[in-house]
Amino acid sequence: MRYGRHMTTTYAVLSEGLEKRFGEVRALQGLDLAVAEGRVCGVLGPNGAGKTTAVRLLTTLLRPDAGSARVAGHDLVREPAAVRGAIGVTGQYASVDGDLTGRENLRLFAKLHRMRGPTGRTRADELLDRFGLTEAADRPTSTYSGGMRRRLDLAASLVTRPAVLFLDEPTTGLDPHSRNQIWETVRALKSEGTTVLLTTQYLEEADQLADDIVLVDHGRTAHTGSPAELKALIGSCAEVVVAHPDAMSGAAAVLDQLTGSEPAFDEERRAVGVVTTDPTLTLPRLVRELDAAGVPLLDASLRPPTLEDVFLRLTDRKELVT
Amino acid sequence: MSTLAYDGTAMLGRQLRRIRHNPGLLILTQTMPITMLLFFGYVFGSALAMPGEEYRAFLVPGLLVATAANGIMTGMFQAAQDSHRGVTDRFRTLPMSRAAVPLGQAAADLVVTAAGTVPLLLVGLAVGWRIEGSALEAAGAVGLLLLFRFATTWIGILLGLASRSEEAAGQLGGATFILPLLSNAYIPTDNLPGWLRTAAEWNPISAVTTALRDLFGNAPVPADGAWPVTHPVAGSLAWCAVLIAVFLPLAVRRYALGASPTR
Repeated sequence: MRYGRHMTTTYAVLSEGLEKRFGEVRALQGLDLAVAEGRVCGVLGPNGAGKTTAVRLLTTLLRPDAGSARVAGHDLVREPAAVRGAIGVTGQYASVDGDLTGRENLRLFAKLHRMRGPTGRTRADELLDRFGLTEAADRPTSTYSGGMRRRLDLAASLVTRPAVLFLDEPTTGLDPHSRNQIWETVRALKSEGTTVLLTTQYLEEADQLADDIVLVDHGRTAHTGSPAELKALIGSCAEVVVAHPDAMSGAAAVLDQLTGSEPAFDEERRAVGVVTTDPTLTLPRLVRELDAAGVPLLDASLRPPTLEDVFLRLTDRKELVT
Repeated sequence: MSTLAYDGTAMLGRQLRRIRHNPGLLILTQTMPITMLLFFGYVFGSALAMPGEEYRAFLVPGLLVATAANGIMTGMFQAAQDSHRGVTDRFRTLPMSRAAVPLGQAAADLVVTAAGTVPLLLVGLAVGWRIEGSALEAAGAVGLLLLFRFATTWIGILLGLASRSEEAAGQLGGATFILPLLSNAYIPTDNLPGWLRTAAEWNPISAVTTALRDLFGNAPVPADGAWPVTHPVAGSLAWCAVLIAVFLPLAVRRYALGASPTR
């Protein structure tokens, strides 16, 4: 595969077979990423899947053991300085100086981005205003709440209007209000043409923000696609609830026969579920077949899958760790 | 190089602002020697053969150098604090010089130390210490003191960057108080057993202390002893040159390696 221009799409982030190990732990063992310019890419995976390692590699904080990548058109290993000039990074933990005030932090980062004198000061004030931090601007950031610090952190990443913004679990541990504010910012950045790569454990977040999703598991790219494509990959979820536990096996037999896939049981709710890609399976047909087989139905549903269903299906995790 | 100067200045400004917002460590490290001067000079001094005033005059240069040697502790603490906080990651993702962060720290430390030494000198004057040599020699003494501080700070920065946590750095840093005890900063080394005397005289603190006593005109250069003590100015300059030549590049490299692939 050639880097950079690929068909007519320009990729802001393109990695092939990225590997990183820490001693015995193989944190990444072959990560492929292709994030087209101007898109929001959600890197989704359970704890320990390698999401943070991927971000640390792509932002030049770590050097890959194998594989290669280009970020904003620059080779990660050979041109780290050029990559650094084109990116903004907001990590899982706020990376601002707690001993400085919010304003001092932003001015410092502006200065280090070569914005001299009034340009840097104006930019700092703009960002403080945009993130609702003007009032707290002259307090040391160690006195900020978690949400305020994360907002300042994001502001610090936007000092230069980066071409590619990396957000590593940007809303982990935030209250709903702060979370919404970060989501709004990501949407606004996207509309301004910024490419965003964000990692998250929250499926809702990926569903809300991402144009493309990369499912990472055990340090590898497990699946990629738009949220809709990934959902289509596993089809719809049919679930029925029966009147008494003895009826569950009968319901399962009907579902198995209808879809050819193996049903899953929820004993507590007396529910039987199955996934199907069969477009002819409609809710009325489902109900008719079950009724005809004498299954005492209490409830039945046929719904599109959530990203959570996709996630559980496509990774071999039993449940999401959040 | 102009990149380094520009970024280094920005980092110097950052460090000075941090100290202004959070002067605790600075106040502690600068008031400690004053307390020690009063304690040693009046409490311990009364048990020594040397007359009180003479001992206090002997003690002031020793405390100045012992305080300068604290550069290991403060350098270590600040570097560890920084490297275990996210802000260092941000610096590493910025298109800035790799050496600017540690260099800014060392430069800020020097500025602060220069200012922080004044109270100790004033208290020293109040308890009987005097500058008995020429103004030029006294200026040389201050220059040597700051050079020594600059050298020890780099030891601290390297250790701080290499330490596993802020707490570990704090504990190890606290242990550095032992270094001036094994030198001629607080006591004359003449009466120490042979091997201990040799060890104490090869301690860089001894060379710099002797140089300060000589340049301030407080005590003559000893006629016998290890080379750095009998040639204190040359010995001090040599020690500083060696420490800087070893620890500055190691610390800068350690900072860059911490993550960055090149430079």
